[in-house]
Amino acid sequence: MDAIAGLSMGFANALSLTNLGWALLGCFLGTAIGVLPGLGPALTIALLLPITFSVSATGAFILFCGIFYGAMYGGSTTSILLNTPGESGSIITALEGAKMARNGRAGPALATSAIGSFVAGTVGTLGIAFLGPVVVELALQLGPAEYFSLMVLCFVTVSAVLGGSALRGLTSLFFGLLLGLVGIDLQTGQPRLTFGIVELLDGVNVVLVAVALFAVGETLYLAWRHVEGKAEVLPVGRIMMSRSDWKRSVWPWVRGAGLGFPFGVMPAGGSEMPTMLSYYAERKLASPEARKEFGTTGAIEGVAGPEAANNAAAAGVLVPMLTLGLPTSATAAIMLSAFQSYGIQPGPLLFTTQAELVWTLIASLFIANVMLVVLNLPLVGLWARILKIPQPQLYAGILIFATIGTYGISNSVVDLMLLYGIGIIAMFMRRFDFPVAPVVIGMILGPMAEQAMRQALTISQGDWTTFLTRPVSLVILLVAAAALLGPRLYGRWVRRMAG
Amino acid sequence: MRQARPDRADLGAGLFVVALGGLAVWQALAIPTSPLYAQVGPKLVPWLIAAGLLVLGVLLTLEALRGGWSADIPDIAEAPPPNPRSLALLLAALLANLVLIEPLGFTLAATVQFTLVAAAFGSRAWLRNAAIAFVVALAAYTLFVKLLGVNIGAGLVEGLVFGWPE
Repeated sequence: MDAIAGLSMGFANALSLTNLGWALLGCFLGTAIGVLPGLGPALTIALLLPITFSVSATGAFILFCGIFYGAMYGGSTTSILLNTPGESGSIITALEGAKMARNGRAGPALATSAIGSFVAGTVGTLGIAFLGPVVVELALQLGPAEYFSLMVLCFVTVSAVLGGSALRGLTSLFFGLLLGLVGIDLQTGQPRLTFGIVELLDGVNVVLVAVALFAVGETLYLAWRHVEGKAEVLPVGRIMMSRSDWKRSVWPWVRGAGLGFPFGVMPAGGSEMPTMLSYYAERKLASPEARKEFGTTGAIEGVAGPEAANNAAAAGVLVPMLTLGLPTSATAAIMLSAFQSYGIQPGPLLFTTQAELVWTLIASLFIANVMLVVLNLPLVGLWARILKIPQPQLYAGILIFATIGTYGISNSVVDLMLLYGIGIIAMFMRRFDFPVAPVVIGMILGPMAEQAMRQALTISQGDWTTFLTRPVSLVILLVAAAALLGPRLYGRWVRRMAG
Repeated sequence: MRQARPDRADLGAGLFVVALGGLAVWQALAIPTSPLYAQVGPKLVPWLIAAGLLVLGVLLTLEALRGGWSADIPDIAEAPPPNPRSLALLLAALLANLVLIEPLGFTLAATVQFTLVAAAFGSRAWLRNAAIAFVVALAAYTLFVKLLGVNIGAGLVEGLVFGWPE
């Protein structure tokens, strides 16, 4: 099915009253949660996974996509008004955005990031609609060997390339892979890593790990380093953008969106790189007067560009998720496990076997984007008020929902112990700068990679060279090796040339 | 080259990863040999992951011995000092939930937990927090149990409000 036919079918479905309701609920929840510091889309979707038992797949995914996009909008509000970026993609937004807010220009900063998010979200969603079917065509040619290599590439990029240190990123990844092993081996029925505990035979639940990493670990760390005193929320002021604000924002939006989307699509997902590149590009391209505002009073280009890049990258992440079944961010990984709990296997066949679901989902991304810009511009005062929920009650409430998300699945105290145990590990991961996203990705992608590896080796009758003799697989593995070793070798070479 | 002293905290982190690798080795040894024929058995991947963790742990330990990484990361080096009182209160909150949820049910356990967590973050309005907690917990219980059909463990309060399960 081509993109136009798919989209028209998708819109016909998505515009039903129920589905519009799910989208609106998702956008509302997503923005509120994105605004709250310390809560992100991955955690929210994880907590809402139980609804997969009682809601249709279409409704649930429309809700999740609304949350996904909404959290991006909300996150920028927090980084501008509180100068505490909620997730890695909005660190750059906080740089200039908080400075603008401190100089009484919070309104234009919020407006440019909301409209920029809309532009980027629309560009990104168009990208999904038109690129998706193309990627599917290519993906249908891939066998288990190529899939395994793709997953290896994905492992390398999410853990070793992004983030501060390859060593610590890989350690997080292996911790996730280890968690993914727990339970009964699907192929042979042998229990693995269960320590003889009956409750572990079914494996460790993804929701539990996500809640432990994102809610319990974060709360423990904040308590451990707690300092009395309140964070200051900067006033919003007038939301209007002047004519010069518009003029200075339009090109950064477009450039940011163009920069962000390809980064999201590549298995090198992650929004740090495109937002940073967009920031440097805008600083370079700004007019001399505007450049003086960078780092001093706050330049609107430095908010518009990175914020667009951030949203376009987030949309791009959905391409490998929907077409290949490869999650490259923690949120995408959680969504993947939601597909699994409906018994749907994401991958190239999704576009044919679940065409209606996929296209409805893409159409509702467009709808969610429109809803979000409408929700965000006039209601920004409401969102700013959410920021004033005091920290003690906020984190106390988060932990209540953490209990519901975990205890609600199994009613087992063993699960609660695991939740708190992994939470304590996550607290130390935060202290020692180990990234947590690779844990979630390793845990969900690990078992899939093992399965692909075993299938490939069964086809090749145990011949390990199958990964190297199939050309596509070889190329992917070479790219992975280059991504892992390239920066180190380059650094050594530069030092040798200098020394 | 700067001759740095080992960073003790980082050393602990490195050794923890080595220990995690050891744990993985122990559990890999414990996997029974499968009677089913498979080209690749259930043991290979656990061994690969165990080996990976051991190698990464050793590398982290070596890095810690050469001065570690924490001192070079501004977010960590400039973090506020540890607050043992807050952390202890928070851990007590988690423990209370763990112990109370089966005998007393979700709402009461969550109320105790909420009050202790709020205290950990410096709120001294104990009674008001307990009241907020009770309302929030009961509302959340209603939402999840009655609307979404998730069972979170009924107890005294839930029984009084919604009737006892048959």
